[in-house]
Amino acid sequence: MAAERDVQTMIDTAAETSSHEGARGLHYEENLLWEKERGDESGVDFPDIKGIDLRTGVPERGAIGLPQVSEPQVVRHFVRLSTWNYSIDHGFFPLGSCTMKHNPRLNEKVARFPGFAQAHPLQPVSTVQGALKLMYELQDILGELSGLPAICLAPAAGAHGELAGMMTIRRAHEAQGNTHKKIVLVPDSAHGTNPSTAAICGYTIKTIITKETGRLTVEAFKEALGDGRDVAGMMVTNPNTCGLFETDIQEISDLLHEAGGYFYCDGANFNALVGKIRPGDFGVDVMHFNLHKTFSTPHGGGGPGSGPIGVTEELRSYLPVPVIKNESGSYRIENERKESLGRLKGFHGQFGMHVRALSYILSHGADGLKQVAEDAVLSANYILSQLKDDYHVPYAGPCMHECLLTDKVQKEKGVTTLDIAKTLVEYGMHPMTVYFPLVVSGALLIEPTETEGKDSIDHFITVMKHIAEETKAGNTEPFHNFPVSTPRRRLDEVKAARHPRLRWKPE
Amino acid sequence: MSENLKYTAEHEWLKIEGDVAIIGITAYAQDALGDLVYVELPEVGRKIAKGEDFAVVESVKTAAEVYSPVTGEIVGVNDNLSDDPELIKKSLDEGWIAKIKVDDPAQFEDLMDKASYDKFCAEQD
Repeated sequence: MAAERDVQTMIDTAAETSSHEGARGLHYEENLLWEKERGDESGVDFPDIKGIDLRTGVPERGAIGLPQVSEPQVVRHFVRLSTWNYSIDHGFFPLGSCTMKHNPRLNEKVARFPGFAQAHPLQPVSTVQGALKLMYELQDILGELSGLPAICLAPAAGAHGELAGMMTIRRAHEAQGNTHKKIVLVPDSAHGTNPSTAAICGYTIKTIITKETGRLTVEAFKEALGDGRDVAGMMVTNPNTCGLFETDIQEISDLLHEAGGYFYCDGANFNALVGKIRPGDFGVDVMHFNLHKTFSTPHGGGGPGSGPIGVTEELRSYLPVPVIKNESGSYRIENERKESLGRLKGFHGQFGMHVRALSYILSHGADGLKQVAEDAVLSANYILSQLKDDYHVPYAGPCMHECLLTDKVQKEKGVTTLDIAKTLVEYGMHPMTVYFPLVVSGALLIEPTETEGKDSIDHFITVMKHIAEETKAGNTEPFHNFPVSTPRRRLDEVKAARHPRLRWKPE
Repeated sequence: MSENLKYTAEHEWLKIEGDVAIIGITAYAQDALGDLVYVELPEVGRKIAKGEDFAVVESVKTAAEVYSPVTGEIVGVNDNLSDDPELIKKSLDEGWIAKIKVDDPAQFEDLMDKASYDKFCAEQD
């Protein structure tokens, strides 16, 4: 209870500070724009017209509730807020399964070419042949990299890609008269979006138990499959969320196919495989790509995601539209197809991300992409090798692009995964993914990515070792209070969840 | 009293009073969930089957469904949890979630007693 009161005092103090305009050093507290207005300032010098709108001739409307502030106030407001942010451009961001890696500036340069940046989605196709060619080439390359030749670039993000992919599978079953197939198999370590996507598509979820081994086993799969008559498909992430490659995947996908089910692969972790192996070769029928993970387009607040899907030749006709077609060097947008499940998004998808992804792919080349996967795996195994004696490793390595630890050893002294995460913030780093996957207690899922140099990885290892050593020695108190050097200290998560202030209201 | 307490592999405790089971979640589950922020309670009068979920306990880490280990009817819910979910951790009397009137009290025989539940928990880590 004492600790709880301390946290509360800290929050109250912080809240009090934030209600004043002020700064600690060069760090600015920042009020809302509404709290700044004095009522007589404006960023624009409007002509003094009263009563009637000159353009439309209708009476002008009253105040619409925008804050009255000057341009310098607005600029400073947003620049100050931006200094409260943390991003991959600041420092180490080992958020497991999210692949927060450097976004090469070459991609940004290419995305700003006027022919790409200023193209309008309703321009006649004859005037945007270059943009369409770019999309076509990206389709072609994603097909080559995945072994799934038919690509639709439209889905707006990973989960949208999952939805598009599972709807493609449903469409195929409907076309084949397999409407009795109502079950989708999902391992217990899956991303939460997998079972929710299947449920949204009207399927019943059956869980494949992997908890003991961290991997799918043929035995556990067979148990979940049963006679397979009603099984529409399976959704599997490979490598999985424990950072492990599914070694039995070939045999499992053969069994699934024999039962008439389709294999959906969640491509969130494709960055561990790209250029090395092709999911189509281990039996995948449908997968999504996270362009914003594997192919480095900005995300996590820096830009929209993009989740193209790839399918086998057999499923091509069911893909959503639009798809870009090449008719002897002339590119067109296929907006309708009889068997297609239809359109899932306005226009053509996140075109700006298509540009960046293709720029990334072409600038790396086949050998470079292969090295991306190799270095991502090397970085994660380096961390695992350095921390395996300090933290509990639930499933023995080597791992793929991310490594999974838990707080089992530290928890005995009262230091939990949450404390470890908050301590990393104190030491200037974004925490790893915590409490996911759910198959282990107190998960710490660490993905360093291939773009992190040895120095920053070593700094992370040093801090993690420091936490483990101090905890072992019983010096645990600071870890319950970190962070203390940040603009806001440890937040009361229960209060934030139960009494969130989602909207500003006048006093 | 303890001989009337039974446990499940899903980490629920059941206090048996005749053909009514008062259900809550065990210290093991409370510890795994962490700070609780919300409890979704079932409606009184709802019929539930064994294995069906009847409540959701949400913490800052995750949301977990509470599964019924018995078949019967909800005859009472602990409304105090709506205002203060952390009550779940206080005591059996304050932290219970629901009361289920079972169709057949013989169902209680399949549940674990304290000794076998403790052994089960020890094997989990």
